[in-house]
Amino acid sequence: MATMAFQKIYTKLTQITKATCAVKATGVGYEELATVGGRLAQVVKIMDDTVTLQIFSGTEGIGTDAEVIFFGRPPSLKVSEQLAGRFFNAYGDPIDGGPQIEGKEVEIGGPSVNPVRREDPSELIATGIAGIDLNNTLVTGQKIPFFADPDQPYNQVMATVALRAKADKIILGGMGLSNDDYLYYKNTFENAGVIDKIISFVNTTDDPPVERLLVPDMALTAAEYFAIQKNEAVLVLLTDLTLYCDALSIVSNRMDEIPSKDSMPGSLYSDLAKIYEKAVQFPEGGSITIIAVTTISGGDITHAIPDNTGYITEGQLYLRRDTDIGKVVIDPARSLSRLKTKVMGKRTRADHPHVMSASVRLNADASNAKTKMENGFDLSDYDQRAMDFARDYAEQILAIDVNIDTEQMLDTTWALFHKYFTPEEVAIRDEFMQLYWKEA
Amino acid sequence: MTKGTVKGIISNMVQVEVDGPVFQNEICYIDLDGTKLMAEVIKVTGNTAYTQVFESTRGLRVGDTVEFTQRMLEVKLGPGMLSKNYDGLQDDLNKMRGLYLERGDYTDPLDEDSVWEFDPIVKAGDEVLPGDWLGAVQENWINHKIMVPFNLEGKFRVKNVAAKGSYKITDTIVTVTDAEGNDLELNMIQYWPVKLPIRAYQSKPRPFKVMETGIRTIDTLNPIAEGGTGFTPGPFGTGKTVLQHNISQNAEADLIIVAACGERANEVVELFTEFPELDDPRTGRKLMERTIIICNTSNMPVAAREASVYTAMSIAEYYRSMGLKVLLLADSTSRWAQALREMSNRMEELPGPDAYPMDLPAIISNFYSRAGYVYLNNGTPGSITFIGAVSPAGGNLKEPVTESTKKSARCFYSLSQDRADSKRYPAVDPIDSYSKYLEYDEVRQYLDDNIAPGWVDNVMKAKDILLRGKEAKDQINILGDDGVPLDYHTRFWRSELLDRIILVQDGFDPVDKSTPIQRQAYMLKMILNICETEFSFDNFEELQPYFTRLINTLVQMNYQPFENEEFNNYKTQLENIIEERRVN
Ligand SMILES: Nc1ncnc2c1ncn2[C@@H]1O[C@H](COP(=O)(O)OP(=O)(O)OP(=O)(O)O)[C@@H](O)[C@H]1O
Ligand SMILES: [Mg+2]
Repeated sequence: MATMAFQKIYTKLTQITKATCAVKATGVGYEELATVGGRLAQVVKIMDDTVTLQIFSGTEGIGTDAEVIFFGRPPSLKVSEQLAGRFFNAYGDPIDGGPQIEGKEVEIGGPSVNPVRREDPSELIATGIAGIDLNNTLVTGQKIPFFADPDQPYNQVMATVALRAKADKIILGGMGLSNDDYLYYKNTFENAGVIDKIISFVNTTDDPPVERLLVPDMALTAAEYFAIQKNEAVLVLLTDLTLYCDALSIVSNRMDEIPSKDSMPGSLYSDLAKIYEKAVQFPEGGSITIIAVTTISGGDITHAIPDNTGYITEGQLYLRRDTDIGKVVIDPARSLSRLKTKVMGKRTRADHPHVMSASVRLNADASNAKTKMENGFDLSDYDQRAMDFARDYAEQILAIDVNIDTEQMLDTTWALFHKYFTPEEVAIRDEFMQLYWKEA
Repeated sequence: MTKGTVKGIISNMVQVEVDGPVFQNEICYIDLDGTKLMAEVIKVTGNTAYTQVFESTRGLRVGDTVEFTQRMLEVKLGPGMLSKNYDGLQDDLNKMRGLYLERGDYTDPLDEDSVWEFDPIVKAGDEVLPGDWLGAVQENWINHKIMVPFNLEGKFRVKNVAAKGSYKITDTIVTVTDAEGNDLELNMIQYWPVKLPIRAYQSKPRPFKVMETGIRTIDTLNPIAEGGTGFTPGPFGTGKTVLQHNISQNAEADLIIVAACGERANEVVELFTEFPELDDPRTGRKLMERTIIICNTSNMPVAAREASVYTAMSIAEYYRSMGLKVLLLADSTSRWAQALREMSNRMEELPGPDAYPMDLPAIISNFYSRAGYVYLNNGTPGSITFIGAVSPAGGNLKEPVTESTKKSARCFYSLSQDRADSKRYPAVDPIDSYSKYLEYDEVRQYLDDNIAPGWVDNVMKAKDILLRGKEAKDQINILGDDGVPLDYHTRFWRSELLDRIILVQDGFDPVDKSTPIQRQAYMLKMILNICETEFSFDNFEELQPYFTRLINTLVQMNYQPFENEEFNNYKTQLENIIEERRVN
């Protein structure tokens, strides 16, 4: 990031902690950027003439005489069409060997859109994945995370979703992304021939953790440019927000803030909401959709990070290895897209919501039957049929490598209903039974 | 007036050195290169005022100047608030200039140019008290009373009243004279500091009527009183917001105030989009006409989020003083408590449990106590019924916000994860939830008189069936289907029938989403009859298919308009199914 003229330079640090330092200075603006000993930093507290700065790459080796230069502005990004197809670090500097971006300089983490200027989301995003399209339809302007165990292939699934969703731009915000995963995304996008639709802001595990704090705002500032100025449908992928939260807690800890649950800062909810609420549908057609990853440890969704996330996002998606078919699926029982009701049966066939809830119920019966079997109880005829249904359903519809449109998903589900159940057991409204309950 | 300069900044807490007197909760404006940022004094030590800024403090510098206003955070009250979309500080969102909520863009909550047809109530010579009705204008279908400002003190004599006719809200409509003989010109506007309750009423009796919400699990099992309080704690995704939206559409109130406090913008947009389209079931007018939305979503400034619930409550009190039945819904009060926590931590106050401020229980209880049924000075009743959503961290009901709220609210509608997971919406747990009003003799009397004789006994029977069904289910799970007597299966299926037909309600179906109380009474009676009917079964395996048929038929009835042809057809079908196995 280039520095500017009329800079003030200070050289007397009064305090250094692991992530912050303090310097005596005047005329400094809150949240202003600076460099300390050449490292990028941001003002997080001002008390009289003492300014506390958070140094993104850490304070190792910073001396009390380090040079502090204030920029007179908060962090920003230059936005223009030139962003497309490019890879940047957390500061918005190119890491792909290409030239600097020319464009309008915009502060990142800017104000919120006035809610009355938003539009109620109603455009469906088709992915060809039944765990999404059939059971948990996504909508443009939605925000939804994958709650995934660290060993689940969430990055692969997310890349698949991104490629199949017909977005105008895909913006990847990588936080603590392993270098392998970063290259995986890059190759996948390159091989699919969509690199000119991709923009990446990446902080890898090799980079200092506090730098991650800039990534979501960088990605979303770019997203707002395309969604507002160009009326484009933008899909933002954020992975992994748990590592983002860890960085938040490092900083708040260094600032001696009182931690709340699970050593997270008391402001965690607001901090995450500021990111996720950038998801928006505009009346002019542009939109920002956020699909994120929140890794959870030991499946504990009551931990402060998934818990606060769940309270902010519009549903959540879970992955599950289906042991019957040996493949990863999006778990229809636990996943929920809250905006699905805005499109199901309205933008899709009218029987869609009914087929969806019947199949969720019948799959639940199957898993109860399974538990029963595992506990050594006898299975009824119904139990057996439910389990057979669930296996076929997983194989023919749920598996993530199946790529069919919603209408086909619905027809296949009806066929399976018919194969294994009676009309009373399926219990869908008469009007739809008459239309779709056919002798196969 | 007192002036100050900025001394310190941590996020939205700004310390200001002042040159004169300031008072607690005084509003000041911080000048950031010409943009005025509104802030509220929340603590004073020596000549340092600690303020919470209602905006982002980005770019603010030590030495920036501050002007104090000698006013507290106030709402501006008058005709024209209905159908408005406000932020937490009562700015009219529709009047804001840009796509973004820019700092310092404060807008007028009322439309000063709008013209109203004023109809006087008092005449020259009358004696009036604060809150007394001077006249009325027609606001949508509400008869909006113009009142003596609540912030005046003492008695006044009316000197002059404008003739019936069209006036702007800024026009003087009444002149009154105080005890010292000073004249006071009153127009249709008044101001009120939001953190204080409006007390211009004669008495506040114990609530004794029931407010219909259209939600069966509430109205039938645990009714909320008109002027009562309730709260809905539940983990994320269990249906708090959908429940509030459903209540807001169908509740039997004159006026609905929805406070979207620190929640999702898309949910508010849904209200903006749907309410102007949806019909109010009682008046046939559009729902938006009886609704005020106060929206401070999670990405809007935190301090304004804290203010938003007070703004909403003050507006509710204003309309209650007109003798109206107001329903106030807040989603979610936990976000308000979190806003308090963020600020308390920044002020380095001694933290209470989970780092919330020590006085959290008192703050919550003060707020809930502003709801209630009142008799105004002229004897007319008015009410504020308040239902707050609570978002317990980790879904754990032992956390401070839930516990404090439980002490204040009289109805507890606990949303259960299990019910939500099995899509039994609304996921209100029928066993853990309660309504204290069912213990009030006057409420029981009211129910028996207004719904059906013996109603309360039937409700108790229903609760008993649910409890016994749950016990039976637990035993079946432990001992296995054939390890328990047949009677356990019957008990389970009876409760299942009641659950699936009375409690489960499809919030997205045009008919099922709201059930008038008479229909609820009809269905409950029918279900209780079935539960009291003896059926013959040879073994437990016969129960599931049989009860499933009963349930499916009854569900179809729930989807039909009450007693239409289809409904009656299903009823005949039902009777036939019952006959198949009936023994008594
Ligand atoms: N009455 C209902 N009928 C059908 N579906 C419902 C109902 N209530 C809730 N749901 C389903 O549950 C989802 C979540 O509901 P809702 O948004 O009300 O949860 P919440 O408790 O407010 O969650 P949060 O705390 O995260 O705001 C809805 O999107 C919908 O899919
Ligand atoms: Mg909600």
